[in-house]
Amino acid sequence: MAAVQETVDHVKSLDVTEYKYGFVSNIESEKSPKGLSEETVRFISAKKNEPAWLTEWRLDAYRRWLTMPSPDWSRVNHPPIDYQDLYYYSAPKSTPGPKSIDDVDPELLRVYEKLGIPLREQELLAGVQTSKVAVDAVFDSVSVATTFKTELAKFGVIFCSFSEAVHNHPELVKKYLGSVVPVTDNYFATLNSAVFSDGSFVYIPPGVRCPMELSTYFRINEPNTGQFERTLIVADKGAYVSYLEGCTAPKRDENQLHAAVVELVALEDAEIKYSTVQNWYPGDADGKGGIYNFVTKRGDCREDNAKISWTQVETGSAITWKYPSCILRGDNSRGEFYSIAISNGKQQVDSGTKMVHLGKNTTSRIISKGIAAGRSDNTYRGLVSAHRKATNARNFTNCDSLLIGEHCGAHTVPYIEAKTATAVFEHEATTSKISEDQLFYCRQRGLSGEEATALIVNGFVRDVLQQLPMEFAVEAQKLIAISLEGSVG
Amino acid sequence: MAAITFMKTPAESKLGEQFDALRALQPALPSTTRRAEAFERFAAKGLPHRRLAAWHYTDLRGLLRDAFAPAASPGAEQLAAASAYLQALPAPQGVRLVLVDGCFQPTMSSLDKLPAGVAVASLLDVLAEGSSFATDLLAAENLGSGEAMLALNAAFMQGGVVLTLAEGVRVAEPIDLFSFATARSPVALTTRSLVEVGAGASVMINERHVSLGNLASQGNHALVFALDEGAAVDHVARLDGFPATALHVGTVLARLGAQTRFNSFTLMDTPGVTRRQSFLEFAGPHSNATFRGVTLLDAKSHGDTTLVVTHTAPHCESREYYKTILDGESTGVYQGKVVVAPGAQKTDGKMLSKAIFLADGASMYNKPELEIFADDVVCGHGATVGNLDEDQLFYLRARGIPLKEAQSLLLNAFAADAIEGVATDAIRDELTGSVEQWLRKRQS
Repeated sequence: MAAVQETVDHVKSLDVTEYKYGFVSNIESEKSPKGLSEETVRFISAKKNEPAWLTEWRLDAYRRWLTMPSPDWSRVNHPPIDYQDLYYYSAPKSTPGPKSIDDVDPELLRVYEKLGIPLREQELLAGVQTSKVAVDAVFDSVSVATTFKTELAKFGVIFCSFSEAVHNHPELVKKYLGSVVPVTDNYFATLNSAVFSDGSFVYIPPGVRCPMELSTYFRINEPNTGQFERTLIVADKGAYVSYLEGCTAPKRDENQLHAAVVELVALEDAEIKYSTVQNWYPGDADGKGGIYNFVTKRGDCREDNAKISWTQVETGSAITWKYPSCILRGDNSRGEFYSIAISNGKQQVDSGTKMVHLGKNTTSRIISKGIAAGRSDNTYRGLVSAHRKATNARNFTNCDSLLIGEHCGAHTVPYIEAKTATAVFEHEATTSKISEDQLFYCRQRGLSGEEATALIVNGFVRDVLQQLPMEFAVEAQKLIAISLEGSVG
Repeated sequence: MAAITFMKTPAESKLGEQFDALRALQPALPSTTRRAEAFERFAAKGLPHRRLAAWHYTDLRGLLRDAFAPAASPGAEQLAAASAYLQALPAPQGVRLVLVDGCFQPTMSSLDKLPAGVAVASLLDVLAEGSSFATDLLAAENLGSGEAMLALNAAFMQGGVVLTLAEGVRVAEPIDLFSFATARSPVALTTRSLVEVGAGASVMINERHVSLGNLASQGNHALVFALDEGAAVDHVARLDGFPATALHVGTVLARLGAQTRFNSFTLMDTPGVTRRQSFLEFAGPHSNATFRGVTLLDAKSHGDTTLVVTHTAPHCESREYYKTILDGESTGVYQGKVVVAPGAQKTDGKMLSKAIFLADGASMYNKPELEIFADDVVCGHGATVGNLDEDQLFYLRARGIPLKEAQSLLLNAFAADAIEGVATDAIRDELTGSVEQWLRKRQS
């Protein structure tokens, strides 16, 4: 069954040519020398005034990276990346380090205002109807502002830029950095380990339910610059945190590299909810420009009864290569992955998740919806595995995809590996055929066929969107209207 | 950046030597060049290993430590053993074609029963004639291209049959295609057969691989089907008597013309390492292909089912339906891939793999893959892994049925689901019998 007109229109409204956040801001910046070498790594480390152990850690990663081949197994095509033709560090000159919001360059604040991200706490407070969200704003390679830090500190919550954490909480950073995504995990993670610039650090102490949503907003502004941020979130025993991530970049003709690493650690009874609305510049309709989004995201349910949930809405980037994963190490731990990936123009998406069941009675759930339009390719690639000792592991996977037009492709590559007899894995791809009964019911009540279809299908998509925090409701609204009629498994 | 080069394994070096020896013996034929090209293709990549997505779960580089010598022509003793096996079977209704140690045996085959419009020739004779039409069909170009074991098969093929059905010929009785391994010492068997089905013709091919010597063997068999418009083929493949040291790779290649029907069933129930792989292409519209299979694994056996179904033409329907039962420390693999090419609109593809675990040491790997480039299609896949339903077991046990017997009852029903699709009653009964026998062996 082909896609309904309504869907086609909505996807068009998200088309690459309609990219709203493509403006360029003129902000003077300070950069590292172009290219990648041990010098660059040392330069970044020195810029951040890092302790010797971290510099060594970076250099070790860099040396290992030199010996690694670029991965070629994913279904994406791009010319070889010239790693010497990039700037690995770029910071707005006016804001050398994160400090009080009043010291931040007003020009920078205007950029975030334009993006709809208010950084002034009073402005946030003035908005009665919205709940409070603490924001860490990362501009190119540095964090320019983190809001609500004092209020969060009252609860013992640490929310700051990564550079600050290295200085103020070295014991936590040392303990958890690289413990979920090891230095040599993959090509891009290793590169990130060598040159990562900034990112967010979150620590929720035992038994604390984080009083507000935490979020990071990433913006790439400078041309020829790669962004390599690193996020580390630790939820101690019984803690809870909901974290949001947003990203945009200006329209530029060249491809820019974004290779981030996100590590989540959930200890006993802790819960981390990580939501992403990824809206990097996707390139134009001919596939010129756009961000290469090569990201490693992984969560570790390190102790019993931990829970990690990933929700992502992917609309941007020329190429997306990311597999937010959960390692279910603790007994009774739970992993969730909810994703909507929409590709248009010449975008390429190769995304999915990994659920690695190691502990007893671990459960996981994967809901993925891919929509491909234009000349794009949209691939779901996922792994569900149960280790020998993962007694009673349970997984439910549902991945659907929808194609709009004749020139795009939608692919599903699930790997389901069970090494224990007690595992129960279910993988299904419900095809989009809407039940005739439901349609009849709606039409009998005066809805047109098209309206009835939209209604039923939207109810069906909501199970992903419901997972998004309220704060993302506006972005999600646009997507809710997209129906998945005519989708294929 | 450091380039990674793989060292040749002892088995790979040995295959190279064997091929050189084989080439020295061969007359200058067009097929000789083809063999050399095929070996080049194989040698370029070597034995498939776990870093190749298609062989990730069946690491031949690790499993095939030694490449056995190609089997020699069978002597009187071997032929007698094969005859004895055949005589113990119920008298065949239809034609029986026999290969012993890779060589076609016209005298053991019931060629006199061939219906009008059906012709059988030996593979080697067809290659010697050098007809490019037949060799092209045999090569089944673009089907399973890049597949290392298929390239190896094309380089080494020792024998096989070329079966041709003229237009409109409907063969009522199944044609048995036996391939015996009667090894006295560990040997490699490489066969390739072709079934060319003319427009509107139909046939059932009953492919059977039998090991008599209880010795290690390495089988690499290919069966090529070419279906003209309106043709119909039923195909059943099974193995018998293979020991735990055996390695069997069986490939089915099928190209379907318009309005054809292809229905294939595979029973995998022997120890050792077995990989059955199928590559099918819908070249014409309004065709239908069904693959079903039952895989029964115990001890340390390894069963791999790999399928690639390519929808090139629109309006075709494909179904894959596989059941796997795992006991002991066995490993089951199911890799299915449905490719819908641009323009193959109105494709209807469905894939389902279900596995049941009976023991904790077993592993099951499922990879039901879809690759879709057309927007007006219905494709779905499902994969489940689980245990026997506790409630159902309880129901039976509450009625006084011992545990193992209750399990057998439920497992039998689980497998029967897939066997139902086999068209011929007699063969269906035999398959059900094999499943029951496997379950009984487990019960005792």
